[in-house]
Amino acid sequence: MDQQLLLEIIIFVLAAVIGFELISRVPSLLHTPLMSATNAIHGIILVGALLVLGASESLLTTVLGMIAVIFATINVVGGFVVTNRMLEMFKREPQKKRRVRRVRRRV
Amino acid sequence: MTLSYMFAALLFILGVRRLRSPETARSGNSLAAIGMAIALGVTLLDQRIVSYWEILVGVAIGSVIGYVSAVRVPMTAMPQMVAAFNGVGGGAVAFIALAEFYQIHIGQVAGDRADVFFILAGILIGSVSFAGSAIAYVKLEELFLAGSVTFPYQKVANAGLLGAAVLLGINALAGGPLPLLSVWLVFLIALTLGVLLVIPIGGADMPIVISLLNAFTGLAAAMSGFLLSNEVLIIAGALVGASGTILTRLMSSSLGRPLNKIIFAGVGASPPAA
Repeated sequence: MDQQLLLEIIIFVLAAVIGFELISRVPSLLHTPLMSATNAIHGIILVGALLVLGASESLLTTVLGMIAVIFATINVVGGFVVTNRMLEMFKREPQKKRRVRRVRRRV
Repeated sequence: MTLSYMFAALLFILGVRRLRSPETARSGNSLAAIGMAIALGVTLLDQRIVSYWEILVGVAIGSVIGYVSAVRVPMTAMPQMVAAFNGVGGGAVAFIALAEFYQIHIGQVAGDRADVFFILAGILIGSVSFAGSAIAYVKLEELFLAGSVTFPYQKVANAGLLGAAVLLGINALAGGPLPLLSVWLVFLIALTLGVLLVIPIGGADMPIVISLLNAFTGLAAAMSGFLLSNEVLIIAGALVGASGTILTRLMSSSLGRPLNKIIFAGVGASPPAA
C-alpha cells in the first residue's frame, strides 16, 4: 500500500472518530438542524466536482462534471440556507422566555 | 492549500460543536458556511482547473436553484427539502466517479486499482443515496408511493441486485471485459437499489431514513476524497458519515423505533399483522 493512501486512511479514521465524539448527548430538539447542517457540510463534494469539471477535456466528462457541479452547489447553498431558516425559527422562543424571567426577577 | 483545507475542516468541526446547543447553533452554522467558502475558494486556485466558464455557469445555476427552493419551502416541508439536498449531493458523487472512470479508461488520467475501487464505492453509495432521497422526497410530498410499498421476494431482489453490482464491480476492478459498461451498469443497479430500499418504509420513519442517507452521502464524499487525493473531502466526508450514523441512532432511539425494524420494515418474512 502506498504512503499517500495510508496517510489518507489515517485522516479518514481520525475524522470519523471526531464525528462520533461530536454527536453525543444532543437534545432531540436539535436533531433535525444537525442533520440539515451535516447535510450542508457534505456539500463539500463541490470541491471534487470543481476539480473534475475544471480539468475536463472531453464532452462526456464536461457534461458529467457540469451535472455534478450544479447538484453539489444546490446541496451547499440550499443546505446552509435551510439550516439557517430552521435555527431562526426556534431561536426566538428561548429569547422571549429569558426576557420574561428577567422581568420577573426585577419584580 | 492543504493548510487552508485543514482550516476549513477545523471550522466544520467547531461549527458542528456549536450546533449542539440552541444558544450557539446559528453561529455554528455560519462557521461551517465560512469553512465551506474557504475550501471552495482555495480549490479554484488549483492549477489543474483550466475551464472557469463552465464552473461559473454550473455554480450560478446551482446557487439559484438551491437558494430559491430553500427560501420558498414552507417550514412544514423542511424534511423533504433536506432529503432533496442530500440526494443531489449523493448524485454529485456518482457523477464525479463516472467522469473519473471515463478519464482513466481513455488513458487521460493515470489510475490504479485503488482508484477504481473508490470510484465503484462512490458510485454505489452515492447512487443509493441519490435514488433513496428522491423516493423519500416523493413520499413526504405525498406525490405517489405513499405508505409502505412491498412486493414478494423483496429481500431476495435487493440481495440479488447488490450481488450483481459487486460482481460487475469486481469485473471492472480486475480489468475484465467491457469495463465502461460494467461501471455504468453498477450505477443503474445502485439507483434501482436505492429505490427498492426506501419504498417499503412508511412516511413516519422518513426523517430517520433521510438521516441515514445523509450519512451515506458523507461516506460517498469521503470516497471521492480518496479518489481525488483531496484531504478536505476525506475529512468532511468522514465527519458527516460518522456523525450522521450516530445522529440516526439517536433519532431512532428518541422516537422509540429500533433502527433495524425501520430499515427492514415490511421486508421481513412475516406479513404485517395489522
